[in-house]
Amino acid sequence: MSDVLRNIVRLAAFILIQVYVLNKVPHLHRFITPYIYFLFIIWLPFSVTRIGLLFVGFFTGLILDYFMMTPGLHAAACVLIAFVRPFIIGILTPKDSSEFNYREPSPRAMQWTPYAVYVLVLTLLHHGYMLFLEFLDAGTFLDFIIRVITTTGISLLLIFTVELVFPRQLKFRTNTA
Amino acid sequence: MRNIFLFIRRYAAFITFFFLQVLSLWFLFSYNRFHRAKFLGIANELTGRVNTQFNKVEDFFYLREENRRLNRVNDSLMNLQPVNFLSRDTTSQLSHDSLPYDTVGHYRRFVMRPGTVVYNTVNAQKNYIQINRGSNQGIRDKMGVVSSDGKVVGVVVNVSPNFAEAMSLLHIQNTISASLKKSGEFGTIEWDGKNPGYVILKKIPKSVDVKVGDSVITSTVSFTFPPGFLVGTIAEVKSDQSSGMYLLRVKTAINFNNIQQVHIIENLERDEQMKLMDETRKKIEEAKKPGQ
Repeated sequence: MSDVLRNIVRLAAFILIQVYVLNKVPHLHRFITPYIYFLFIIWLPFSVTRIGLLFVGFFTGLILDYFMMTPGLHAAACVLIAFVRPFIIGILTPKDSSEFNYREPSPRAMQWTPYAVYVLVLTLLHHGYMLFLEFLDAGTFLDFIIRVITTTGISLLLIFTVELVFPRQLKFRTNTA
Repeated sequence: MRNIFLFIRRYAAFITFFFLQVLSLWFLFSYNRFHRAKFLGIANELTGRVNTQFNKVEDFFYLREENRRLNRVNDSLMNLQPVNFLSRDTTSQLSHDSLPYDTVGHYRRFVMRPGTVVYNTVNAQKNYIQINRGSNQGIRDKMGVVSSDGKVVGVVVNVSPNFAEAMSLLHIQNTISASLKKSGEFGTIEWDGKNPGYVILKKIPKSVDVKVGDSVITSTVSFTFPPGFLVGTIAEVKSDQSSGMYLLRVKTAINFNNIQQVHIIENLERDEQMKLMDETRKKIEEAKKPGQ
């Protein structure tokens, strides 16, 4: 399967799971909304350009927004993490490109600890920014802080479960492809 | 000139980022104020199609509850049929007027249209319900939505050709005029964004006798709902320290998790009522101007 096709399928799957499963199940508590759709942006191949990432992020967020009737809310958060992503990857991956020949971020490509840091930073940014925008509209500051912590926690739990249960096949970047 | 191009090339990613951020925030804040989403017409049609497909499956899980509701309404309607009533007085005969819309003074104020909920959440602070009826079927903004057994669900805020988005009672910006069934006192229903099972009834003065379990119904002064539709029952009586009014926690009559069939209510006199209100306001403001 080509990279483009694979990512389109992934996007559809993540959006559908987010809209029809995670947003519909009765939540444990009103603070805890499980989010996983932005794993799509975390998993995008290294080869996507920075501007490409921004537009992909924007439309990912906007698709979810139109399902949830919050136009712009998730789009803004996704654009932010798409913008920050290349910097984090630059810090966390080895500079020597001959040793580094994986196609997309994964625990095996980046080692577990750098990958965990990468996911943690992006998750925190996504939730922090999104909930901050919600907080501007309505809510109290304490609510906002608690929600950032709890939703980040539950999202990390979901993401690492997905990583452990569905290990992606190793994809090497080769000269022929 | 060359420097400008160099600058744009150098910071292309940042400029794109900035542009997309501003675009998203513009979408977000313009929507929050007016409930008019950009490109909602197209987007709503698409999400509506997908939601309809998923809803076909989901509906099966709520069939039992929905059947029970329908049966209950049928029961209440059947009990109203004239054949159930006999008169002791043999000289008079109970007859039912089959022509209620006549020149004697009866006229229709509210029209109901059926619809099906295709998507609905209870977990957000702003919960919307998507209904598979839109402007092509005569749905317009500010129409009321009630469940199949006549419990208040929400108000339509946005329509596309074949779908409508309704703000449910569980929306922090929602305000619906409601009254106590027992005393007829008016108040406003709002939601604090906390528990999806409860809404709050405000502006009931302390002089009114209120007890836990009292019914809260739509008021006679609402432009959106006909009077007498059940909103919920009072679950807790608290008083608001700042205003000297009650702060009543109302358990919603409907379980928002399993709404399936709804009725959309049109007030045929709404335009006239709104026009009268606007003109009255204008008149009063003109009268206030000095020198007249």
